[in-house]
Amino acid sequence: MRAQRKQRLWFVVATLTCVAFAVGLSLYAVSKNINLFFSPTQVVQGKAPKHHLFRLGGMVKKGSIHYADKGLEVSFVLTDYKSDVTVHYHGILPDLFREGQGIVTQGKLNNKGLFVASIVLAKHGSKYMPRVVKEILYKHKGSSHAT
Amino acid sequence: MLPELGHFGLILALVLAFISATIPLYGAWRDNPRLLALSRSLSFGQFIFVGFAFLTLVIAFVTNDFTVRYVAENSNRALPLFYRVCAVWGAHEGSLLLWVTVLNAWIAAVALFSRSLPMKTVARVLSVMAMINMGFLSFLLFTSDPFLRLLPFAARVGRDLNPILQDPGLAMHPPTLYMGYVGFSVAFAFAMAALMGGELDARWARWARPWTIAAWCFLTCGITMGSWWSYRQLGWGGWWFWDPVENASFLPWLVGTGLMHSLAVTEKRNTFKAWTVLLALSAFSLSLLGTFLVRSGVLTSVHAFANDPARGGFLIKFIVIVVGVSLFMYALRAPVLTSEGRFELLSRETFLLLNNVLFFVAMITVLMGTLYPLIIQLLGMGKISVGPPYFDSVFVPLMIPVIFLAGLGPHCQWKSDKVVSLFHRVRWVLVLSFALMVLIPLVAVKTFSLVLAVTLFLVSWLVLTMLYDLYAKAKLRGGYRALNAGYYAMVLAHLGLAVCALGIIVSSSYSTEKNVKMHLGDSVNVGQYTFTLKSIVPLKGPNYTGVTANVLVTKAGEFIANLGAQKRNFTRDRYTKTQAAIHVSPFRDLYVSLGNPIGTAWGMRIYNKPLIRFIWAGGFLMLFGGLLSLLDRRYRLISNTQEY
Repeated sequence: MRAQRKQRLWFVVATLTCVAFAVGLSLYAVSKNINLFFSPTQVVQGKAPKHHLFRLGGMVKKGSIHYADKGLEVSFVLTDYKSDVTVHYHGILPDLFREGQGIVTQGKLNNKGLFVASIVLAKHGSKYMPRVVKEILYKHKGSSHAT
Repeated sequence: MLPELGHFGLILALVLAFISATIPLYGAWRDNPRLLALSRSLSFGQFIFVGFAFLTLVIAFVTNDFTVRYVAENSNRALPLFYRVCAVWGAHEGSLLLWVTVLNAWIAAVALFSRSLPMKTVARVLSVMAMINMGFLSFLLFTSDPFLRLLPFAARVGRDLNPILQDPGLAMHPPTLYMGYVGFSVAFAFAMAALMGGELDARWARWARPWTIAAWCFLTCGITMGSWWSYRQLGWGGWWFWDPVENASFLPWLVGTGLMHSLAVTEKRNTFKAWTVLLALSAFSLSLLGTFLVRSGVLTSVHAFANDPARGGFLIKFIVIVVGVSLFMYALRAPVLTSEGRFELLSRETFLLLNNVLFFVAMITVLMGTLYPLIIQLLGMGKISVGPPYFDSVFVPLMIPVIFLAGLGPHCQWKSDKVVSLFHRVRWVLVLSFALMVLIPLVAVKTFSLVLAVTLFLVSWLVLTMLYDLYAKAKLRGGYRALNAGYYAMVLAHLGLAVCALGIIVSSSYSTEKNVKMHLGDSVNVGQYTFTLKSIVPLKGPNYTGVTANVLVTKAGEFIANLGAQKRNFTRDRYTKTQAAIHVSPFRDLYVSLGNPIGTAWGMRIYNKPLIRFIWAGGFLMLFGGLLSLLDRRYRLISNTQEY
């Protein structure tokens, strides 16, 4: 009986240690890797963090895409029909990146207040608007334009 | 006419499932052999009617019956026949029908291959599965009927299958994944049957084991193929994204892996019983959670088609009932499941227990990262996303002890062992692993980093411990033929883990990736290879147009390959897809994919990925391990009627 109890105790201690370790590690990792989502209006109002990664979503404004002469530099404007934010990106744009398309980018605001994106996401075909983007577009436009 | 018959088939199957879920169970309670005997034929009946319904939908796709709404929305006359068949499971309703069909295939398989089991156990298992079947058949009939007509305004050509799904990978990926997902329902049903009967012994574990391993094999195969598919199809060379939908299939896999190991202890040593049952219940509950995440539309992803809140509501209620009832049964009956086998602190049992704890904890961390954004959103605390860095930083450290223990555990004796003698057994392997850790960077790779050192040590350790264990055990038992298939299966699967880990670490740490802008005739050097853009020519496929960029690859002036990377524009729904061109060799992939046009030039991704094939090779080795263990004579399902 004693051996069995000892064994059970050991089992419980091992499990709890492991779980505590994992939960600690997870919470630490989550706290470092949460990316909050903001709309262009929130960014213009200064609600977005200055030196932390976050996600910015909106519609690519017509005629706002400019490629640099050399390299893969590109800039475009994201809008929620109320405010605009210029996004800089170095890299290859996804297949479904187009004018008038709702997209999500991830990056940081630099010192000049420009948004420098490290990731551009536009993976949901023309039928599927990213839901977060759809919501902010509806909020400011209140029409069926966003679908 | 046929689609109506299919619909009717589903209704009949639901009725049969209801009978199968109640009458034989009553028979088991009342010890009535005539009622018990019904359960097998009822199970075959369910399978036949659901199978028929599935067949009618396939026929509707093959014959382009666009009066059926689901066909009109997901197929097209221009679509090749092969993809028309695959389109059956290309969207929500059909893939749910596939789910149900697969469940019924498992039900029929259990009914067929259970001759050696007591009739009461069989009846209970099949009843539990029929209850699950009822849940999903109602879900299908009430919220996602694939047989709805578009009359009187039938479509003339049909929309198209989501272009990203138009790939041979689609043919196999969802069915195998579902076979795995749903296969855990058998282990679940066995666990519930054991809780109902209050009997759980080594025999029970022996019955439940092959079913669990079979489901695990399918899931391993599905995940590996899914990863390979996304690498080829998504156009930027990623093979795992920690996308919630991928996690949905990975969660049951992690628990299923734990369950397989725990079942081994229950069978051989008659212990860990309550724990094994709990794992069996959680594996299937996680499969259901996965189905909920994918099917309810709470996630936006390539995989998630549905956006109907009614569906999510139905599924979440179903999950709550299943989890609630099974945990209630568990709480009621678990005290009955006393373990008899005793073991000491240092023993094989302890190592397997550590395996279970580690895999369970790994599952919890992945689950946390997957659900966290959903919970935050539900609480109205803002919209967040948890990215791959979270999963990498949490999951990878947990896999270090897993790999180390996977090598050490098999060397340890059952029941009790001495630290000194265990160390004595593995000391040379330990020394050799350290030697390889130092020598490989010095002689072959000529770079050094902590990550590489840890990886090399762990991989050499796992491979060498397995080979040495094989040698030692063969010597002990008198030859390699004396070892059973189950043992070889373990060695193979653990070697698969080593190969997979090596592939993952090396390909993610030592890849060369260049994103460049290229004009015609431009050259780029990636590693020792030179990539030259030779020509850009127009492309025409059956339901798409586009361009092909021909890229010449040379190494020190010598020809290596001509790669044709494509950009395909699907005419029907303005969808663009990148088709990467890959030059494959066992030790490295050269990957070229076409980005966006910039004036007359093109953005291009050019990668050199060393050892990336090892990832999938490792996955398939694990799969072969699982398949091999099914051949073990202890699990011969058909012929061993004599036992007990």
